[in-house]
Amino acid sequence: MAEPAIELVDISKSFGPVRANRDIDLSVEKGTIHGIIGENGAGKSTLMSILYGFYQADSGEIRVNGRKVEIATPNDAIRAGIGMVHQHFMLVPNFSVLENVILGAEGEALLKGGIARARAELERLEREYGLEVDPDAVVEELPVGLQQRVEILKALFRGADILILDEPTGVLTPPEADHLFRILVQLKAQGKTVVLITHKLREIMAVTDNVSVMRQGQMVATRKTAETIVEELAELMVGRRVLLRVEKGAAAPGAEKLAVKNLTVKDSRGVTMVDDVSFTVRAGEIVGIAGVAGNGQSELLEAIAGIRPAVSGTVLLDGKPIDVTGAADPGELRDRGLAHVPEDRHNVGLVLAFEESENAILGYHDGEEYLRGPFLDIDAIRRDAREKIGKYDIRPGNERLRTANFSGGNQQKIVLAREMEQDPGVLIVGQPTRGVDVGAIEFIHRRLIAMRDQAKAVLLVSVELDEIRSLSDRILVMFAGRIVGERGPEASEGELGLLMAGVERAEAAE
Amino acid sequence: MSTPYAKLPRWADYGLIPLLNLLVAFLVAGLVVLIVGENPLEAAGILVEGAFGRGQYIAYTLYYATNFIFTGLAVAVAFHGGLFNIGGEGQAYIAGLGVALVALSFDATFPWWVNFPLAILASAAMGAAWALIPAYLQARRGSHIVITTIMFNFIAASVMVYLLVDVLKPPEAMGPQTRGFLEGAQLPKLGWVLELFGATVRSTPFNISFLLALLMAVAVWALIWRTKLGYEIRTYGFSPKAARYAGIGDVRTIMVTMLISGALAGMMALNPIMGSEHRVQLDFVTGAGFVGIAVALMGRSHPAGIVPAAILFGALYQGGAELAFEMPAISRDMIVIIQGLVILFAGALEHMFRPWVQTALASLAPRTAGLEPAKAEGR
Amino acid sequence: MSADTLLQLLDATIRVSVPLLLAALAGLYSERSGVFDIGLDGKMLAGAFTAGAVAAVTGSAWLGLLAAVLIAVALALVHGFASITHRGNQIVSGVAINFIAAGSTIILGQAWFAQGGRTPSLPNDARFVGIELPFADALRGVPLIGPVYSEIVSGQTLLAYFAFGMVPFTWWVLFRTRFGLRLRAVGENPAAVDTAGISVTWLRYRAVICTGVLTGVAGTYLALSQNAGFVKDMTAGRGFIALAALIFAKWKPVPTMWACLLFGFLDAFAIRYQGIALPGIGRVPVQFMQALPYLLTVILLAGFIGKAIPPRAGGVPYVKER
Repeated sequence: MAEPAIELVDISKSFGPVRANRDIDLSVEKGTIHGIIGENGAGKSTLMSILYGFYQADSGEIRVNGRKVEIATPNDAIRAGIGMVHQHFMLVPNFSVLENVILGAEGEALLKGGIARARAELERLEREYGLEVDPDAVVEELPVGLQQRVEILKALFRGADILILDEPTGVLTPPEADHLFRILVQLKAQGKTVVLITHKLREIMAVTDNVSVMRQGQMVATRKTAETIVEELAELMVGRRVLLRVEKGAAAPGAEKLAVKNLTVKDSRGVTMVDDVSFTVRAGEIVGIAGVAGNGQSELLEAIAGIRPAVSGTVLLDGKPIDVTGAADPGELRDRGLAHVPEDRHNVGLVLAFEESENAILGYHDGEEYLRGPFLDIDAIRRDAREKIGKYDIRPGNERLRTANFSGGNQQKIVLAREMEQDPGVLIVGQPTRGVDVGAIEFIHRRLIAMRDQAKAVLLVSVELDEIRSLSDRILVMFAGRIVGERGPEASEGELGLLMAGVERAEAAE
Repeated sequence: MSTPYAKLPRWADYGLIPLLNLLVAFLVAGLVVLIVGENPLEAAGILVEGAFGRGQYIAYTLYYATNFIFTGLAVAVAFHGGLFNIGGEGQAYIAGLGVALVALSFDATFPWWVNFPLAILASAAMGAAWALIPAYLQARRGSHIVITTIMFNFIAASVMVYLLVDVLKPPEAMGPQTRGFLEGAQLPKLGWVLELFGATVRSTPFNISFLLALLMAVAVWALIWRTKLGYEIRTYGFSPKAARYAGIGDVRTIMVTMLISGALAGMMALNPIMGSEHRVQLDFVTGAGFVGIAVALMGRSHPAGIVPAAILFGALYQGGAELAFEMPAISRDMIVIIQGLVILFAGALEHMFRPWVQTALASLAPRTAGLEPAKAEGR
Repeated sequence: MSADTLLQLLDATIRVSVPLLLAALAGLYSERSGVFDIGLDGKMLAGAFTAGAVAAVTGSAWLGLLAAVLIAVALALVHGFASITHRGNQIVSGVAINFIAAGSTIILGQAWFAQGGRTPSLPNDARFVGIELPFADALRGVPLIGPVYSEIVSGQTLLAYFAFGMVPFTWWVLFRTRFGLRLRAVGENPAAVDTAGISVTWLRYRAVICTGVLTGVAGTYLALSQNAGFVKDMTAGRGFIALAALIFAKWKPVPTMWACLLFGFLDAFAIRYQGIALPGIGRVPVQFMQALPYLLTVILLAGFIGKAIPPRAGGVPYVKER
């Protein structure tokens, strides 16, 4: 075995009672691409943050090139030859590429020399690794893939020998991702060491030499990529084979409740996020939208819910149009029987500073049952909250407790109880189980099925493919803002994965 | 305004920490007294005596407190909506015009109990109107309301100087001020209430606007915590995104919040103009709009905290006047320092003692302190 | 309007613009680093008082300047302590500093000098007075350039030359030095600075120290150049006009100078033409001219003449999160 570039010995890190990393041992060979894989929340990012000096481990030891190092700040990491490409880019948007590259590594007090050196260095890196980018372009005007390249250049300019990439493909299109992988292979060929953090098995199999699997804060296994198979890694990641299949009968779809026609939505920068999307949801069925995060699912949900104005297209609720391109009002949509469980419960679905009972009426606070004239009927509101607490088993069962003090799963139940108990005709749900513990996941899944069985139309958006597959009666796959395919729930993971990666579309285009 | 730190029990959050902050503010103020060469304890004694020692003094204290209740409530309502209204000073100043309009028009026609409600409406309307433009610019054009309300304070000052010097001043008057109001625009005094408790109160400016201020305190409490509108204001204040999700219009909420805030600041004009001076004078607001910031911060934006905080500042004003008499080195501007220190320690540095209190509580009684670690979720 | 009055008007414009310019450039450093500062006025006032007091006691203008800078920096550090270290509300902290300065200058002034909040009137050698530049007299006769040079350029005080020198210097610092690059970066995206191994805290502290230094000089100019000592409330809201100018100039050094000159011109014009009827307009109330800088800033903020976009991370305390 070659000499290790990085060795982590017995690293532990807790945030309060949450043990994010437990006794982690890891050894990364020099000149290899080492994958670290695990589900969301398995502790991958925390571990890498420790390695980059963002957090300090509670205990344990870090060795770089065989020497023990103390990494207290990112500066120490940079000095040890570690560079990091963050999931959310650490770039100054209105700076040029050059300015971003030299930030923190300017050399002397005046910029002139540093800029000139960086320009020469960028040219060299472009030659050697094919990392082309216009050094004078303003970063915010570059496409995401190029912005990421600037991040890589930043690390290389600082002389990094070890490059950590945290979920680098989450924001990339498949061609961009493939280009990135070619770059990584090039870097390896030049003797650099690459650590690739991801939760996508396909990427691990495609580029890594070795792979370590994390689960619930622990390092559960390390394998040579060539000697393992996807199934083994998947099992290691998830632990016991959780039976995600939810008991459910056949769907009995009824009338069309929600119809989306030629919907186009742009984000605040004017980038088209939803591109001419059409589909319908009928009463008594769950339509799942699968896709890699950032392919327009969030914007689609927000446009239907009246939170984000659409550029063009129509949405019909019970056959009557919603003014999605103009003044669609979420309050009015609720009155018309459209309930919305938003993706971001911390900032959108809840006001964390409120008492639980206050959140239990958010959006429905103008309902007659909660008001007496202009005044809130506090008794009615609290009574109502207690009922929901009982019915949804929300813990602790105190409607006057600040919402921030509930766990993620219970917070999500507060939102679900609110939206489901209004007996809506249509329920749109975004990431219903993100950051939710296993027990609550099962509960939430059963509730969603129950909604369907009560002849509600349910539109489900989730980046968890398992969730989509086990709940949906029909699956739509979104890629780059478009619906690229529709499948039944029996479709295989591989088939859906290809669709999500935009493979079929690319082939069709040729 | 969120707290990035771990939770504390309610009594510590709403009692101990504000008290500590206040204590430090006064300690530093005491230091200034020391620098000036006086004995801080003695000064404090004179101050308390000067504020509460006699019925007469108490009446003055409450007269000043009246101003601060209005402006404190104004700042607090805006805080609940996530807005910082630094413009209370200008809104109150302009509202003086509303009071003048009613008083000068009807003081010979109607008795005070007709003119008072009219003047309340007029002052509230003028104050609200002066808050409306910054509110509109924030809601519709995204102009930072802190900056625009500051600018509007200066614009208000220019407008009022112009009007008082060039328009409203009667030819025979000496200073820039309106003519004196007749009895129909003079509010009844409240000194007799204190005399019921056995105090002797000769002429003081303490008047029934104080009761209006208390009524407004109750009204603000009901508005914020008991009405649908208050619920919407708080939702928007905590999280504009959640408000949007809940169908609470941001433009409407910003505008309504600022209108209410401006109206409350505007009512402050009643107290000095109709209650005491019986004319509109230059600079009659004398910084009360800014004291409102300190009062709202100290009172944690809750009327139950604002009223005592306002009385504390009223006591500082009145006691400060007596103190300046006894210790010439300490003029009334001492209050401005204290005000600044209170804003600093109860506002900008409100969390300074938090970790310290946490450790102290945890080591004393870890169970009753109910300490939960900061949420580690959402990393 | 004769050439002479125009020259006088422009000369007065320069004089009233200097404190605005110093304060606005002061604010530029802090706000570019992401720390909003509405306490410019307070720091300027404290600086003016200190300069007046120290110059009166020591008889040295330079010691006055030094002390003013130190005090203004101390207040700037309080602002930094509250808003950088304790992540407090920057607006609240700025308001607090204004009050602390307003109150303590009067209290201490009265306690130490007992002249109703003034500091003793200073002789010229304890002040920064106008400096005749070389050839000012000789060039007076040259058409156009001569009078401009001798009347406006020459005869300003050292601090005025410093203020105008600070404009290109600030530009150079901001866009040509490592410190400037980092300063601009931390105001836009502090996380980028942090991950580049640079301390966000120390960088922002250095920015507020720059702010303190320049507000100290601004205050000194008021007390030791424009006047012969400190008078209570002598900033008269200039810190806020400076803030308005900074916003008006969209946080850029050279436009900041022009904005200050514009606002200074309005002020000088208002003083000179008080109550005089202008042809075609009639008598413009002096108060209108005084309010004009604020009105213009509001109009700018409303987006009717361009758009003022503040540094992206402005007003937001940096919390390290992942």
